[in-house]
Amino acid sequence: MSNTASTTLAFFPFDTATNTGEKVVQMLMALLLFAAVMGVILFFAGRFGGRRGDKVVAYLYLLPAILLLAVGLVYPGLRTIYQSFFDAAGTAFIGLDNYGTIFTDNDQLRVLGNTVIWVAITPFVATAIGLIYAILVDKSRYESFAKALIFLPVSISFVAAAVIWKFVYEYRPDQGNVKQIGLVNQIIVWLGGKPQQLLIESPLNTFLLIIVLIWVQAGFAMTILSAAIKAIPDDIIEAARLDGVSAWSMFRQITLPSVRPTVVVVLTTIGIATLKVFDIVRTMTGGQFKTSVVANEFYSQTFRADNQGLGAALAVLLFILVIPIVWYNVRTLRQSEAS
Amino acid sequence: MSAGLIFGLAACGGGDDSDSAGGTDASASAIDCAPYTKFGDIKGKTVTIYTGIVTPEDKPHIDSYKPFEACTGATIKYEGDKAFETQILVRAKAGNPPDLAIVPQPGLVKQLVATGKAVPAPEEVSANVDKFWDKAWKGYTTIDGKFYGAPLGASVKSLVWYSPSEFKDAGYTVPTTLAELQALSDKMVADGKKPWCAGISSGDATGWPVTDWMEDFMLRTAGPEKYDDWVSHKIPFNGPEATTALDAVGGYLKNDKYVNGGLGDVKSIATTTFQDAGLPIVDGNTCSLHRQASFYAANFPKDVKVAEDGDVFAFYLPGPDANTKPVLGAGEFVVAFNDRPEVKAFQTYISSDVWANTKAKLSSGWVTANKGLDPNNLTNPIDKLAGTILLDPKATFRFDGSDQMPAAVGSDAFWKQATSWITGQDTKTTLDNIEKAWPK
Repeated sequence: MSNTASTTLAFFPFDTATNTGEKVVQMLMALLLFAAVMGVILFFAGRFGGRRGDKVVAYLYLLPAILLLAVGLVYPGLRTIYQSFFDAAGTAFIGLDNYGTIFTDNDQLRVLGNTVIWVAITPFVATAIGLIYAILVDKSRYESFAKALIFLPVSISFVAAAVIWKFVYEYRPDQGNVKQIGLVNQIIVWLGGKPQQLLIESPLNTFLLIIVLIWVQAGFAMTILSAAIKAIPDDIIEAARLDGVSAWSMFRQITLPSVRPTVVVVLTTIGIATLKVFDIVRTMTGGQFKTSVVANEFYSQTFRADNQGLGAALAVLLFILVIPIVWYNVRTLRQSEAS
Repeated sequence: MSAGLIFGLAACGGGDDSDSAGGTDASASAIDCAPYTKFGDIKGKTVTIYTGIVTPEDKPHIDSYKPFEACTGATIKYEGDKAFETQILVRAKAGNPPDLAIVPQPGLVKQLVATGKAVPAPEEVSANVDKFWDKAWKGYTTIDGKFYGAPLGASVKSLVWYSPSEFKDAGYTVPTTLAELQALSDKMVADGKKPWCAGISSGDATGWPVTDWMEDFMLRTAGPEKYDDWVSHKIPFNGPEATTALDAVGGYLKNDKYVNGGLGDVKSIATTTFQDAGLPIVDGNTCSLHRQASFYAANFPKDVKVAEDGDVFAFYLPGPDANTKPVLGAGEFVVAFNDRPEVKAFQTYISSDVWANTKAKLSSGWVTANKGLDPNNLTNPIDKLAGTILLDPKATFRFDGSDQMPAAVGSDAFWKQATSWITGQDTKTTLDNIEKAWPK
C-alpha cells in the first residue's frame, strides 16, 4: 500500500504541495494538462470535414463538458441517491427508512416546516420589493444611485451578510451600564423596551433569518425587473396614458403582464436559492433554536452526526424539490422565446 | 527557505551545545538516539504528519521534532489544517492518508480504524504508553483488542476560573468540596453578585460546553465507573444517574440567582460565545466564577496576567469530598496509517518522556499526562496547575465523554439538546431525546 501511494505521488504530486513553489508547479502542470487535452481534441476535430464531419466535430467539442458533467455531477448524483438507501455507516441497506425518518421524526419535520416557511415567503417578498422598487425609481432623478443602494447587498457573500445581520440582532443584557451593540435591540431600548434575545425565540428567529435573504435577493430582483420594465415598448405606455389609465391599472394591465415572464424567472431563481439556503442559517444560528433547514441539516447529518445515509436522503429530497421549479422555469423561458 | 535555514541551524547545534542558535536548540538536540536507531537506517526518509493544530501552536510541535530529525537524519513533514476533522476521514476513505495523524477524539479514532486504513501501534509505542500513561488512556484507542494510538497532549477541563484579587478582597476561599462550591456561590449571591458566567455558543458546535459540565457532574455524582458505563451506553443516557447529574448542572446553569454574571439571564448562555463567556471576570468584575478547560487561558486579553497572584487564575472543580478527585479532560492521539520503519521510529519518539519534556520546554498553553513529564519544565502557571492535577496520584482521570460517543450523539444530539435545555426544555425531555438519537 505504501509503495503504490508513494509512486503515485511521485508522478502526480497533487495534494502534497506545502509551499508556494510546489503549488505554482502544480498549477502550471494543470494548465499544461488542460492545453494538451484541448490540443488533442482540436487535432482530431480538424481531421473531419463535410456534413457528417460537422456532427462529429460538434460531439467532439461537447465531449469534455459531458465528461466533466458525468464525473462531477451525474456520478455523484447517482451515488448520493444510492447512498440514501443505506444506514448511517453506509454499509447496510435499509430501503426507504431514511426518507421515513425525514417525514416522521419531530426534529426533521421541523426542518421541513422551516424550509416550507422560507420558500413560501422569501421569493415572493423579495420579488415584490424588487418590483415595487424598480417601478418607483424608474425614470426618477436619482435612479442609478437608488438602484445602487439596493443592489449593493447582492455583491456581498451570504456569510458576510449573515455576520452583518448577526450584529444587527446582537443582544446585550439589561444590566447596569452594559450597552447594546445591536441595532434592533438599541431601537427597542430607545422605545423604552427591554432588550430581547432575538435569535433564540422560535418561530420569530426563522423570520429574522429570512429577512437577511430578502435583503440580499431584493436587489437581484430589482435589477432584472427594472431591465424588463425598460423593455416595455414606449408606444404601449403612451397609448395607455392617452386612454387615461390610473397608476394602478397601468401596473395591473400594462406593466405586470409585460414583465410576467421575467417575474417568473426571478421568482423561480430566488426560490431555488432559498431551497438551498445554508450559509445564513449556519452562520447565524448553526441550525440551533429550531431554525435548521434542509440544506443545513444535510450538512450536519453528513459531516457532524456521521449519518451519511440520512444526509444523502436529505440531499436527494432537496434535489427533488428543486426539479419542479427548474422545470417550470425552463417551460416559461421556452414559451416566452416562442412568442 | 526559512525552514531550510532553521533545519541547518538545528543540525549545527547538534555538535556544539554552546552554539549561538539558542537555548531551545541546544537542549532539544541532546537526546539519546538508541531507541530509534534500532529501527534501522532511516536517514533521508520522510514521515508525514497531519493535524488540526495550526499557527501559532504548530511551531512548538515542529520544533520538538528537531532532536529526532537531527539524530536519525529523517525528515518530518508537518501539515496543519483547520478542516482536519472532516478531511482526515475523506483522505483515509480515499486511500490517501498521511503516515501519521494527530486525532483529538477517541470517537474519530474509531471511525478511522473502521475505514480499515489505520495500522496498530508498534510494540515500542505500546511499551512507552504502558510505562508513562495511566492505563485508562490506552483503553481509549484500543479497538477490538488492538491498540492504535499513543496519547500525545492532554488538557484539564475540571477547572473554575476566578479572580484571585476578588477572592482576597472579599475573603473568599477556594472550595475543596462540591458543597463548599455551592456555599461559596450562595455567599456571593448574598453579597449581591451573580457569581457564575457561562456561554455555549460556538458556531454549529453550539452546546458543547454544557456537555463538559454534565460530564464533570456525572463523574462527581455517579462516580467514574458509572461514568464509563454511561459513556459506553451500558447504562441508558437518560437513566437516574444522568438525570441527577444534569439536574445538578441545572442547579448552577439554570439558576437565575447564579447566572449569567455580566451577560444576561439564563437564556443568554445560549447566545454568548464560549470565548466571551469568562471575560466578565476581568472586565468589569461582573462575574466571579467560570467553569472552563485549561485552554481558556488563551482567551484573556494579552495584558491580563494569568497566575495565582495575577488578575485571573483557575482552581480545580472540587470533587464530592476533599479526597476524591475526578478529573475530566481531553487529549490527542497519534494514529498511524503506515508501518514503515521511519514511521514507527517517530511514533516511538513522540510517545516517550523525552519528547514530552522537550515539548513542555518549547510551548506555553500545553500539557500532557505523560508521567515522565517533569512539571518544572512547564513554563506558565496554568500549565503547571493542569500538569499537577493530571499527574496527581489521587486523581482519577476520565476522557471527555462526548468525544467518545458516536458522532450522532457526541457531536450532534448532545449539543443540540443541551442548547434546547438551556433555552427552557426540561431535563427529562432533553435526556430522552439524546437517548433516542443513540445509533441502534
